Amino acid sequence: MNDLLQTKGRIFDIQRYSIHDGPGIRTIVFLKGCVLRCRWCCNPESQDYRIETMTVAGKPKTIGRDVTVEEVMETVEKDRGYYRRSGGGLTLSGGESLCQPDFARALLATAKSSGINTAMESMGCAPYEVIERILPYLDTYLMDIKHTDIKKHEAFTGRKNDLMLENARKIAESGKTNLVIRVPVIPTFNDTPEEIGSIAMFADKLPGVRKIHLLPYHRLGQDKYDGLNRKYLMGDVLPPENEHMLMLKKTVENVSRLECQIGG
Amino acid sequence: MKKYNSERIPKTERITRMVAHLYAKMPEIESARARLYTESFRQTEQEPMVVRKAKAFAHVLKNIPIIIRPEELIVGSSTIAPRGCQTFPEFSFDWLEKEFDTVATREADPFYISDKAKQELLEADQYWKGRTTSELATAYMAPETLKAMEHNMFTPGNYFYNGVGHFTVQYEKVLAVGFEGIMDEVRRAQAKMNFGDADYATRSHFYEAVLINCQAVIDYAKRYAALAQKEADGCMDPARKAELLAIAANCSKVPGKGADTFYEACQSFWFVQQLLQMESSGHSISPGRFDQYMYPYYKRSLDEGIMTRAQAQEYIDCIWVKLNDLNKCRDAESAKGFAGYSLFQNLIVGGQDEQGRDVTNDLSFMCIDASFHVFLPMPSLSIRVWNGSPQDLLLRAAELTRTGIGLPAYYNDEVIIPSLMSRGLTLEDARTYNIIGCVEPQKAGKTNGWHDAAFYNMCRPLELVFHNGIDCGEQIGPKTGDVEQMQTFEEFFDAYKTQMDYFISLLVNADNAIDQAHMERAPLALLACMVDDCIARGKTCEEGGAVYNFTGPQGFGIANVADSLYAIKKLVYDEKKVTMADYKKAITFNYGKEVHPLVVAQVAGTVARQLAENGVKADAAAVAQATQTIIRESVTAEDQRKFKELLNMIDEITKFGNDDEEVDAFAREAAYTYTRPLLQYKNPRGGQFQAGLYPVSANVPLGAQTGATPDGRFAGVPVADGVSPTAGRDVQGPTAAANSVAKLDHGIASNGTLFNQKFHPSALSGAAGLENFVNLIRTYFDNKGMHMQFNVVSRETLLDAQKHPENYKHLVVRVAGYSALFTTLSKSLQDDIIRRTEQGF
Repeated sequence: MNDLLQTKGRIFDIQRYSIHDGPGIRTIVFLKGCVLRCRWCCNPESQDYRIETMTVAGKPKTIGRDVTVEEVMETVEKDRGYYRRSGGGLTLSGGESLCQPDFARALLATAKSSGINTAMESMGCAPYEVIERILPYLDTYLMDIKHTDIKKHEAFTGRKNDLMLENARKIAESGKTNLVIRVPVIPTFNDTPEEIGSIAMFADKLPGVRKIHLLPYHRLGQDKYDGLNRKYLMGDVLPPENEHMLMLKKTVENVSRLECQIGG
Repeated sequence: MKKYNSERIPKTERITRMVAHLYAKMPEIESARARLYTESFRQTEQEPMVVRKAKAFAHVLKNIPIIIRPEELIVGSSTIAPRGCQTFPEFSFDWLEKEFDTVATREADPFYISDKAKQELLEADQYWKGRTTSELATAYMAPETLKAMEHNMFTPGNYFYNGVGHFTVQYEKVLAVGFEGIMDEVRRAQAKMNFGDADYATRSHFYEAVLINCQAVIDYAKRYAALAQKEADGCMDPARKAELLAIAANCSKVPGKGADTFYEACQSFWFVQQLLQMESSGHSISPGRFDQYMYPYYKRSLDEGIMTRAQAQEYIDCIWVKLNDLNKCRDAESAKGFAGYSLFQNLIVGGQDEQGRDVTNDLSFMCIDASFHVFLPMPSLSIRVWNGSPQDLLLRAAELTRTGIGLPAYYNDEVIIPSLMSRGLTLEDARTYNIIGCVEPQKAGKTNGWHDAAFYNMCRPLELVFHNGIDCGEQIGPKTGDVEQMQTFEEFFDAYKTQMDYFISLLVNADNAIDQAHMERAPLALLACMVDDCIARGKTCEEGGAVYNFTGPQGFGIANVADSLYAIKKLVYDEKKVTMADYKKAITFNYGKEVHPLVVAQVAGTVARQLAENGVKADAAAVAQATQTIIRESVTAEDQRKFKELLNMIDEITKFGNDDEEVDAFAREAAYTYTRPLLQYKNPRGGQFQAGLYPVSANVPLGAQTGATPDGRFAGVPVADGVSPTAGRDVQGPTAAANSVAKLDHGIASNGTLFNQKFHPSALSGAAGLENFVNLIRTYFDNKGMHMQFNVVSRETLLDAQKHPENYKHLVVRVAGYSALFTTLSKSLQDDIIRRTEQGF
């Protein structure tokens, strides 16, 4: 236990009263570092593992700090009462949590052993052996599937999707966690009924998967690109209209038996 | 099977039209009450006060013009103009005369007043010179108290200039036996009197007064019966004619006799609610547990098949409209403090019975739905929450919260019940508590709580620590020593406590003087007959007739004081980064920001004082010139640099509201400096003082009278509201803020605490959003928070409403302890609401 508590990792934020990433009221710990470079990413400061400086409201801010599991849990514990009332708990996000597998595992194991519900938001972009070691401590796996087309996936995120899709199948088959599929709906990338439908059909075939979340693209991360001196490549893309999201939801319901919700 | 039916009933067109009618025009001041009341007083000079007042009130009820508004089902209006108000010169009148020409155009709560009304009021007011409660109270106050008030240390303005109000009476008694039943009760008490009784003189006249007023109320209702009959006779629309006849039948029966049907009960309730607010100008006449005392009539009418649920809902909706028909004009300063034309008629649903069982019923839901339908600030809807509260009820309440109307407020049984018991209430009385006004818990029909006795600004004594008890050149507080010589933080904190203790004693002095004035000049007979044990004791509430007597003045600015103390401890004593001399200079000169009038006043006072001490006779012009020179020359460029550096250092320090153990512990201690000393004091009615921690909306105007504080707050800026963190300083989200606030001792603040959170509607979207929201409340309450309320509206909406008020006539926001129409608030209060951290993500 002591080893777990002293495990070190790198995070860039902890956000309390998060109500869109897993059941109930949750605390999200954002781990730094990602394998993908999605153009629409609303947390560009999460991508690089290195500690960096971002300009926030005109002031330089250091992004990223090294912490122990014990330190993180101190904050997570503060909202235990809210988790108990709402069925909430701890959610790991990023970045890609699997980039720091030991830290992620130690955090989840510590939370789980003290009776806190656990969730992780991840693309599953790591060897399955890494994921397998985490699953016993994970109540809910919120897995991103962005596209079923391998080329388009690579063009927009920097990586092929074959490993992730394969991992999705294996995680589902393991039966060890409640797997929920999440799709960021990005105009110009995957917002046609065919593309969303294809993801839904894939998810529907995964054993035990019953829920899919469609997360509409938003531009709230735009300023951060300026703060990091990076160019925002999605400049003129507008968030999808409400009606469009409702239409996609209908598409999902037509081609699958999945329960579909817009937003987390 | 569930023990309640929560099915929704749609709003009727009638309600929409009634609301539109109510808000068609600016409210108006009418003079009939003042004229009639004074007319009677001129005839009764030699009689005992309680009888004089009863006769005057009866004279008003007999002669005041009455009106039935279009489509009303429940009748009884205090003014001919919708949302009009009467005046009450027996409490005070000067302020209104001074504002005759500005009251229609002032920023907060304007009223139209006709020339004729002005003339009549001037005429009536003449009689009251030297006879008001306000003048007597002033005469009773210690000179030190008057001086402290002059220096804005606290303000007891509410009861100083107005009636007391803040009651929930025994509506259930009137519903059951009517005023005729109460008259029988009085006659039985009269029969027991003996000419030799020590209190025969006062007791016998009290009974006489009660009988006069009971009869006056019955006769007033009969005037309505006659008017309804007359209108029915002339009515061509058969549907409306039938309604008018039903109104006539109701008013000829209730509130004289007991009610049998739910409809009669509604009408009977209304006359009580309306007329208590005609007898005196006291606000916060709170209906209390409406869902409980009305339920037997609701159930009976349903069971007998003489009423549908839809009809019941419409009657309730009609009452909700009427609660917004009542109005009150306050002086311009108070209007800022109570902004939004609010009368704080608090109505609470849910909770427990005497045995601790949950009592949620159909009406609990229908009351919430009525607020959906009417969508106006009144009643101040509240909901009692405990572990046994049905989730359904809280979710319905949360849905109402989500609309942004700022209703309901949520109250925690598990903190309030033991808190009330610690003040001497029985277990049964504590379990059946309701809320008065903003957030003040009490037992209905037994309490004279004086719940809103004063605003006490906790930041001002802190300023005095820096100036050795001197404010603007005058020694108004204890000499706690030269702040620069204080060697330890404990010494500094002790000086603050000394200042606090002293001004708390003056606050008590002010309140007790006012209390005494009301006892002598404002005994209210109608009120007394619906509050235990007035009839048995043979005296009014003002004279100590109630079972429970309290005085509850409220302190505010805890977050500023906590952040200030913490900053001083850290920067001056622990880390020694700043000298006390530099700190003092920084706050004296408003951190170099702007030459605020408060800075000028402070410096000018010091100059005048020093000149006088040196035996120099200086005229005002010389003082002003010296002041200008000092202000110009005192702050060097080096000072400016230091001020900026200090502000940056303060900014780096964790603030209250972020779930930080150390600073939160300071807040707890800071609150104790107010809540604990108050407990030792007694009022003239034999009751105890108890603290409240809530500001209504006075944190804005009283902040305008407060110089810069050591937490980095500039002079004149609003101070923190209630027990909430300083606006914008809580940056860790709603759970962290709630945890910080829950760390205060709410139980000791038995006159209520107020925690305000603002949410963006997106945080409450969907069924899951509502569930999470309810669970946030439940957890705050698990952690021993007392009260929670919410503003749910987007920042953009509010900014747009400031720009285009005409498009937002109905935009309701939660101000502090009550809801108000956003566009009726002053610009600075609007800004304050916008500034509050939005807790949605």
